[in-house]
Amino acid sequence: MSGGGARSLALHGGVLALLLALHFVLPAYHHGNLARIMVLASYAIGYNILFGYTGLLSLGHALFFAAGMYGMGLAMRHAGLGPGPALAAGLAAGLAVSAAMGLLALRTAGVAFMIVTLMFAQAGYLALLYFGAWTRGDEGFVIQQAERILWGIDLSDPGNRYLAALALFALCLLATLWLVERPFGKVLVAIRENEERARMLGYNVFAYKLGAVILSGTVSAAAGAAYGLLFGYVGATFASVQYSIFPLLWVLLGGAGTVLGPLIGTLFMFYLIDLSSGVTSAYMLVAGVVLVLVTLFAPQGLAGLLRARLWRWLP
Amino acid sequence: MTLLSTRGLTKRFDGLHAVEDVDFDLPEGQVRALIGPNGAGKTTFVGMLCGRITPSAGTVAFAGRDISHLPAHRRIGLGMAYTFQITSVFARLSVAENVALAARRKVRGALGVRRMVARSLARVGLEGQSGQIAGTLSYGHQRLLEIAMGLAQRPRLLILDEPTQGLSEAEITGFKALLRDLSASATILLIEHNMSVVMETADRVTVLDFGRILAEGSPAEIHADRAVQAAYLGTA
Ligand SMILES: Nc1ncnc2c1ncn2[C@@H]1O[C@H](COP(=O)(O)OP(=O)(O)OP(=O)(O)O)[C@@H](O)[C@H]1O
Ligand SMILES: [Mg+2]
Repeated sequence: MSGGGARSLALHGGVLALLLALHFVLPAYHHGNLARIMVLASYAIGYNILFGYTGLLSLGHALFFAAGMYGMGLAMRHAGLGPGPALAAGLAAGLAVSAAMGLLALRTAGVAFMIVTLMFAQAGYLALLYFGAWTRGDEGFVIQQAERILWGIDLSDPGNRYLAALALFALCLLATLWLVERPFGKVLVAIRENEERARMLGYNVFAYKLGAVILSGTVSAAAGAAYGLLFGYVGATFASVQYSIFPLLWVLLGGAGTVLGPLIGTLFMFYLIDLSSGVTSAYMLVAGVVLVLVTLFAPQGLAGLLRARLWRWLP
Repeated sequence: MTLLSTRGLTKRFDGLHAVEDVDFDLPEGQVRALIGPNGAGKTTFVGMLCGRITPSAGTVAFAGRDISHLPAHRRIGLGMAYTFQITSVFARLSVAENVALAARRKVRGALGVRRMVARSLARVGLEGQSGQIAGTLSYGHQRLLEIAMGLAQRPRLLILDEPTQGLSEAEITGFKALLRDLSASATILLIEHNMSVVMETADRVTVLDFGRILAEGSPAEIHADRAVQAAYLGTA
């Protein structure tokens, strides 16, 4: 473990440095994609805290992503807040929604937990449509360029946007890296591995799980708020069930319970769909087949495979 | 002083009386063996002490305080530790991390935890395996790991549910010595089928049969008790 500390810091620092270097060399198209991927990977990192590390499978994370996005967007649109306070409003919304959902959904476990989280997210989605007068329903709304200037930085500019996305991603990555080495993170893993045992060591399992839901939900909300701000659009699609499934797939593909897995999975799936949609209109089929193959031959995901075969110390 | 006591403790599983109206007192510092035939209700009884199992009726007091309504983690927090009859370690985590998870409840700081882990593993003779993944240990060694996790919690009351099951003769001899050593600092409630362990380590013995206390006394008295022999030792 302790030997892994330096190596792990070097690896993750190296990945962040590479992402920074790519900013200067990537052609515009891929540069734009990668900015989007880093924000979505931050969402996946949030998801991974609950699914990968705590072992709780949620089917309702779109609710958190949307809470951040709408918390930010509605605060701008209706309360006239600037981007900084609006981002904070998005985070607060994510925190409140995840705390409420955690308190209720954690009374259940396993399949019931999956269904309850799914229902919550559907209720949130329908509420967005129902209150269309405020949220502009399905259509959503655009955040004007003038509203996207944070601390004098124009986030609609692709270069700034990329760096902002990288900053968010780096923050999330380093935070998880730190978290999983803390006693708190280790208790989450213990709960994933053997909940009854963790309880009988004296851990308040409910409180830890609630902490994980809130942390996971708030990170997801941060990604949602950033997505809205960076790409200038807030819409109900981001609250739909699809956006609850995506982070699950990204994390499964990349490696649940690994720090780098979310980025690898998001990157892989984004380009899988991007490339196959250039070749065939049945691109979702291609994505599906690859997913099935990965689950069959690398059930621990790509980073999980790396950990099993090469780097035992990978956090 | 009485560390633990129960009054009228009862557990029914749809009509089956697993534990029936048990009044039990355990003085601080004692090593108490709890014996009885398979299905007598021993695991169910201790499960109600530490909060794993909700009683159908009755109360549990620990250190002079009624803990009947406390959840398991709070009871453990008061100084109980429990080792499972069916080995229940964190199979995919390292041996050291298993013990560290137990130690962190009591010890603050990474250095203190590491020391406690090393000490607990050494006491059960697993110091050489600390980096190994717990699930790859032999069954006997997993039992010892369970015990090390109990030690690392520095409990006031240590509840051991058949700790010697699956241990080799040599390991059992080591375990007896460990138990004697441990009894200086903790009260011990030991469920045990191995009579030599009971005879050599217990101060007193309680016999459970069909969920009720059949007899209680010194190891010698219990050994000589005819009713106990009939019910349990099978030598009547
Ligand atoms: N969860 C449960 N549901 C139904 N019956 C149970 C349950 N747990 C235990 N029992 C029953 O209660 C009785 C007492 O079981 P318990 O496990 O406490 O016995 P024990 O004395 O620990 O036995 P052993 O020596 O085999 O470990 C048994 O008849 C058992 O089948
Ligand atoms: Mg038993």
